[in-house]
Amino acid sequence: MALAGAEHQATFHTATDEDGRTSVVLTGSWTLRGIGRQAPALTEALRPYVEQAPHVAWDCEAVEALDNVGALLLWRLHGFTRPDHVRIREEHRALFRHWSERVTPPTRETRRRPTLLSVAARAGKDLVSHALGFTELVGQVVLDVIGLVRAPAQIPWIEISGTLYEAGVRALGITALVGILVGVVMSYLSALELRTFGAPSFIVNILGISILRELGPLLAAILVAGRSGSAMAAELGVMRITEELDALSAMGVSRTVRLVIPKILALTIGLPLLVIWTDAIALVAGMVTAHIALGISIPGFIHAIPSAVPLINLVLGIVKGAVFGTVIALVACHFGLRILPNTQSLGAETTNAVVTAITAVIFVDAIFAVVFRSQGLP
Amino acid sequence: MSAVVELQAVSTRFDQQLVHDRIDLRIARHDILGLVGGSGSGKTTLMREMIGLDAPTEGIVTLFGRRLCDLRSEELANLRRRCGILFQGGALFSAFTVFDNIAFPLREYPGIDTGLIRDLVYMKLAAVGLKPDVAGRLPAELSGGMAKRVALARALALEPELLFLDEPTSGLDPVTAQGFVDHLHNLHRELGFTAVVITHDLDLMHDLCTRLAILADHKLVALGPPDEVARNDHPFVAAMFHGERGRRVFGTPP
Repeated sequence: MALAGAEHQATFHTATDEDGRTSVVLTGSWTLRGIGRQAPALTEALRPYVEQAPHVAWDCEAVEALDNVGALLLWRLHGFTRPDHVRIREEHRALFRHWSERVTPPTRETRRRPTLLSVAARAGKDLVSHALGFTELVGQVVLDVIGLVRAPAQIPWIEISGTLYEAGVRALGITALVGILVGVVMSYLSALELRTFGAPSFIVNILGISILRELGPLLAAILVAGRSGSAMAAELGVMRITEELDALSAMGVSRTVRLVIPKILALTIGLPLLVIWTDAIALVAGMVTAHIALGISIPGFIHAIPSAVPLINLVLGIVKGAVFGTVIALVACHFGLRILPNTQSLGAETTNAVVTAITAVIFVDAIFAVVFRSQGLP
Repeated sequence: MSAVVELQAVSTRFDQQLVHDRIDLRIARHDILGLVGGSGSGKTTLMREMIGLDAPTEGIVTLFGRRLCDLRSEELANLRRRCGILFQGGALFSAFTVFDNIAFPLREYPGIDTGLIRDLVYMKLAAVGLKPDVAGRLPAELSGGMAKRVALARALALEPELLFLDEPTSGLDPVTAQGFVDHLHNLHRELGFTAVVITHDLDLMHDLCTRLAILADHKLVALGPPDEVARNDHPFVAAMFHGERGRRVFGTPP
C-alpha cells in the first residue's frame, strides 16, 4: 500500500463466475478521500445490485483501503445490515462490526418556530435581566466607591492612569481631526446663509453655542464610545474566556475595584478634558474658516466670544462630558461582564456595548437639553 | 518504504535564541512516536513545523514525501486534510456545539451528505467513549477530560493517516488518562494511523508509543523503542526514567 494510496479513487466493477452468479468487486480506496464528492454517484450506481440482493455476491478483498466512511457508505446502502454473500479482508471486518453495534440517535424534532408571543416574552426577559444586571453593577460600584473613600490606600491609581492614557491621550488625534472637519463645515455652511441676511458677525454666536454646548461633547463622547467602549467590553470578555475574572475573584480581589471603577473614573475625568480639546480645535477651525469666508478678523472673533456665548454653555458642555464618560464606562462594563465564554458572545456583546453606549449618550444629551433649556440660550 | 514525516537538519531560532540545532528525524508508517522533552525544549514548535504551521529557520521538512517549503497553499491544505491534530488546549470552536465541532471538517467534503455526517459524528463520539447526549453541548459546558475527547474525535473526523497529539493526557485524572490511552491504542490497531505524541506521561510512553524521541540541549539525545531509550544514560533521560516512577513503569535499574 503506497503512501499516495489516498489519491486512488473508489471504483467497482462486476464479474460473472462459472455458475452465472454476478459479483460486485470493489477496488481502489474506499476512504473519505477516495470517495470524496462521488458518494452520491457511487450510491446510485451500486443500488441496483443491492436490490437483487440474494443473487449478487460482494467482494471487498481487492480494496486498497477501507475506513469508517467507506464502511458506512456500504452499510447504509444495504439498509444497515451486512450483505449475505460478502468476502472481506479480516482487518476490515472490525469496521463493519462497529457499525452493527452502534446506533445513531434519531434526529431530534426541529426547533419550533418562534411565535410573536415567545419573541415578546424573550425580549421582556432580556430587558428585565439587563435592568437587574445594570442596577446590580451600579450598586456594587457605589458600595465599592464608598469603601475606597474610607480606605484611600486601595484606590487603583495605576489602572486609572493607564486607562486614562489609553482612552484619553490616545484619542487626541482622532477627536482633533473630527473637530477640525466639523468646525470647518459648520462655519462654512453658516457663512453662506448669514451672508444673504447681511449679519456675518452672528457666526460667533452660532459656532460658539453649537460647538461648546452640543457638538463638542457629543462628538467626543461618540468617538470615545466607539474606541474605548468596545475595547473595555472586549477586554472583560476575554478575561472571562481565559478565566482571569475567576482568578481575580479567587485571590479575593474585587473585580469592580480593580477593573470597573478605574474605567469609570478614567472616562469621567478623561472625557471632559477631551471635550475641552475638541471644543478648542473645532472653534479654531471655525474661526479660520469664518475669516476666509466672511472676512471676520481673528482677534475680533476671539474678542466677541465672551459676550456672545454665556459661560454656562461651556460649563454645561464639560459637565455633559463627565456624565457621558460615566455612562459609556458603565455600559461597556455591563456588557463586558455579560460576555459568555465563547467567541460568538464576545462579538455580539461588544457590538451591543458600543451601540448601547452611543444610544445612551444621545438619550442623556436629550435629557440635558430639556432640563437646561432656559440656561445660557438667548 | 518512505517515511511519513522526515526532518533533515532542522534548526530553529527565535531572535538569536537557539531552540533546535540540526535535528534529523524519520517517522515511519504506523509508528507512534513519543516526543519527550523538558518544558520549553521546543516540542510543540517541532510539531508545528511538521505540519507547516511554522517554518524552521534552516533545514528541510518532508510530509508524506513532499517538501513543505516547495508546496503551494492548496497543496499544503490537501496534505493537512490527511492529518489530524489535537491541540494542547483542545482548540474547540467555542461558538459551535460538540456535534458541529466534529462535523465541521466533514462538511468541507461536498459529497458527504448530512445523514452520513450524522452517523459519522455519533460514531466518532462513541469511538472516544462519549455518550450521544453530549452532542448538543457547547465546549464551555464540558469538563476537561470530555473536551479532550471531543477534540480527539474532531482530530479523527477526517480519518487521518497522521495524527498529532499535543499532551493528550495532561490535566486528566489517572483513570481517565488510562482510558484515553486504551482508546488511542484500540483506534491505532483499527485505523492504522501514524502518530506523533507530545507527552510527559511515562505510562503513555510505555503503553502507547512504539518509539521515543528525547529532545534535550536543542538536539535529539535519544531515539528508539521506549525500553531501549529508558536505559540511555544522558542526564535528562536518566532524570526522567531512572527516578522512582520511571523504575516502576519501565523497570529500569536505579
